[in-house]
Amino acid sequence: MSGHPTYVPKSAAARWLESRLPILGLLHSSFVVFPNPRNLNYWWTFGGILSFMLAAQIVTGVVLAMHYTPDARLAFASIEHIMRDVNYGWLFRYMHANGASMFFLALYIHMFRGLYYGSYKAPREVLWLLGVVIFLLSIATAFLGYVLPWGQMSFWGATVITSLFSAIPFVGDYVTTWLWGGYAVDSATLNRFFALHYLLPFMIAGVVVLHIWALHVPGSNNPAGIEPKSGKDTLPFHPYFTVKDGFALACFLIFYGWFVFYVPNYLGDADNYIEANPLQTPVHIVPEWYYLPFYAILRSIPSKIGGAAAMFSAVLIIAFLPWLDTSRVKSAAYRPLYRIFFWIFVACALLLGYVGSQPPEGGYVLAARLLTIYYFVHFLVILPLLGLIERPQPLPATIADSVLGPQAQVLPAKATQMPGQ
Amino acid sequence: MSHCSLFGRALGLAILLASAASTGSAFAAGASETPSGAQGPHALAIDIPARQVWSFAGPFGKYDPAQLQRGLKVYREVCSNCHSLKMVAFRDLMSPDGPNLTEAEARAIAEAYKIKDGPNDAGEMFERPGRLSDYFPWAFPNEQTARAAFGAVPPDMSLLAKARTYERGFPLFLLDPFIQYQERGVDYIYALLTGYTNDKDPNWDEYFPGHKIAMPNPLSDGAVDYADGAPKTVQQYAKDISAFLMWAAEPKLVERKRIGFRVLVYLAVFAALLYLVKRKIWARLHNGASEAHRAQPPA
Amino acid sequence: MEASATADEPTPTRRDFLFIATGAVGVVGAGAAVWPLIDQMNPDATTLAAASTEVDIGNIAEGQIVTIKWRGKPVFISHRTQAEIEAARAVPIDELPDPATDQSRTQKPEWLIVIGICTHLGCVPLGNDGPFQGGYFCPCHGSVYDASGRIRQGPAPKNLAVPPYAFDGDAKVKIG
Repeated sequence: MSGHPTYVPKSAAARWLESRLPILGLLHSSFVVFPNPRNLNYWWTFGGILSFMLAAQIVTGVVLAMHYTPDARLAFASIEHIMRDVNYGWLFRYMHANGASMFFLALYIHMFRGLYYGSYKAPREVLWLLGVVIFLLSIATAFLGYVLPWGQMSFWGATVITSLFSAIPFVGDYVTTWLWGGYAVDSATLNRFFALHYLLPFMIAGVVVLHIWALHVPGSNNPAGIEPKSGKDTLPFHPYFTVKDGFALACFLIFYGWFVFYVPNYLGDADNYIEANPLQTPVHIVPEWYYLPFYAILRSIPSKIGGAAAMFSAVLIIAFLPWLDTSRVKSAAYRPLYRIFFWIFVACALLLGYVGSQPPEGGYVLAARLLTIYYFVHFLVILPLLGLIERPQPLPATIADSVLGPQAQVLPAKATQMPGQ
Repeated sequence: MSHCSLFGRALGLAILLASAASTGSAFAAGASETPSGAQGPHALAIDIPARQVWSFAGPFGKYDPAQLQRGLKVYREVCSNCHSLKMVAFRDLMSPDGPNLTEAEARAIAEAYKIKDGPNDAGEMFERPGRLSDYFPWAFPNEQTARAAFGAVPPDMSLLAKARTYERGFPLFLLDPFIQYQERGVDYIYALLTGYTNDKDPNWDEYFPGHKIAMPNPLSDGAVDYADGAPKTVQQYAKDISAFLMWAAEPKLVERKRIGFRVLVYLAVFAALLYLVKRKIWARLHNGASEAHRAQPPA
Repeated sequence: MEASATADEPTPTRRDFLFIATGAVGVVGAGAAVWPLIDQMNPDATTLAAASTEVDIGNIAEGQIVTIKWRGKPVFISHRTQAEIEAARAVPIDELPDPATDQSRTQKPEWLIVIGICTHLGCVPLGNDGPFQGGYFCPCHGSVYDASGRIRQGPAPKNLAVPPYAFDGDAKVKIG
């Protein structure tokens, strides 16, 4: 979305369009000749995978909306109608339900890649903030979507999460009633959740465009965490990264397909195959796996407003990373201490997830509290201090050096052929 | 489950999948064979249902029409006295991937039920014999009648096999997606139906959380007559009704696995081709081929 | 991809073949993925299953036309009088815009069963209306059908369609 337009229209029709709306040139400079650091590894393919998954969720979602009925009396049956009677309805439903999980899996990998390689640091703070906005919108979208099948988990998940807003001082109860459109989660709630669930993905798509725009101004970060200095350090997006992203996407689709076709209910909850019953709560309420760490944080605080505040803080603190991390070195590859704390943080997040899936009894309560404290300590204490006390390893002079190492001396002969040297 | 079939299952998976997951399957299937007793976080000691052999498990699983027809008979003669099956239509019984009844057989079953219809031209509701497009009717007019009779509403059975499960625990739950263990629901139902082991209390079940179950032991040897020579035992009834309920809950399972295999083979071929293309293109950087379109560094 | 490969070398090589094969496999996969997207909008299993309707015709008086719903569409069941039958059968076939004998459109002379959708643009014609006794008149654009449901005047190109049906005794008919 930036860079110098080098696009020369070949056909008369393309010339005609280009002189009126230079969209082909924009696409050409953004996705064909755009210079990417040549050392990007496969962790960098998840941005493309996420774009594909967002599109896939929108397509399968539109199909499902053609057959779904957002009415408390009919919603559950209409999902089963899709599963049993609509042609390929089971395929779209399982693709959409598992697609949400796959989207979050790719999103978390994408985020942890950013954490490891310091992708949030200057000059990419706005890029990071837009990513956090996408994360927030995705959380909201997935929550709204999970309510639509109107199973027991849908209903009680909606009840519990909307009740969080009743923790707001003074106006909490009013806000909750307003969200519900009644005195409990019911048809009015379901209908508005459906409308919003249809709306939000398009807003995500809009922010994704901004995200890519903000990416293409400074260009991608890379595993060495140093900026490209010459044409030697970069490669054109096409064909090098289109084919690399394509291969990674195909592998990801195999994983996704395995879940859709062979274990489509593994990631779901059995209780959601029981129709919503406002008079009976399931014995064990758990959200979908991708919320579990935040759910564990919510439950770890023995206070209504404290728990809700801790949970929202845990999500929002991610937005402040560019200013909490004081180290000037980006990549963990050259930060021996941060590398260790990064993996401890990964373990902390995974353990929070596991604790969140367990009933809040016995040792799990204590574990959740300790992990929650560590979660915030990582952001508020460890990251600011590390930048001051850590001694980074020497950085390579250029990206090409970091990839090719000793061979770098051989390359200039080849590099002299490059235009723009 | 005999050791022989267990071995065969693991071996079959290993050959069919030829993937890393197969080694996990042999281990996991063996490990899950031993009920490990109460290890979940719940205070009550509940036995872990044993894993059964099902024709519909695994990547090429299919329903056994004879078994589903026996299960249908158990449903009609035992379960349907209390439980509804409101999402299954009589036409579904003709599914070739399911019970595979002929149209005449399905129609005969439909016509054995009275379906409430109406209002007619006189404004009155009336009863008529069922049609193929009708759904299994419930023995009770509404939930309140059932609650008055039993003190609890017997759950609808259409989705029961997917709506019931049991705790697998760490680390088995991490292996389950790779060994394709999706039969927790039926394993639980089978265990429940064969778990009435207290002779003094017909409402005591080994596998029900809390052990006190509202449904008294519904099955007894010889209660349902099988025409195909299958043993008329509680174990066989439990097995057949569980399989039938799995079909009722997931009628598109066979189609799903059939299409899934094709899609995954396609994706594997496509990914392999893309890998070769990727290697070829990136090889240009190493063999010194000319790079006519080398990118500009960012301004 | 293919273009850049062939630009360097004019004859197909193994590399060209790899690029072309990959592109072709990708196109085939995308094509196959489109089919479920199309097919999901076709009538589903419930719609197909509810395709037949049984109607009690014992109470329909002579000269009366009743409308029932079949597959979401109106179906006219007309209990025709002797005069209507005779008039319908007396018309010379070659005078009709869409030639068909009354015999070919009925199973029993006294019962005419047609889909009540004007063949012009889909409005529902009015029964026992228009210039023909026991005929039909479409209020939208003025098409006129006779007591056999055949188009006689107006913009409609074809006769009212006859659905598949079968009598079950004298008092019942099953449509579809």
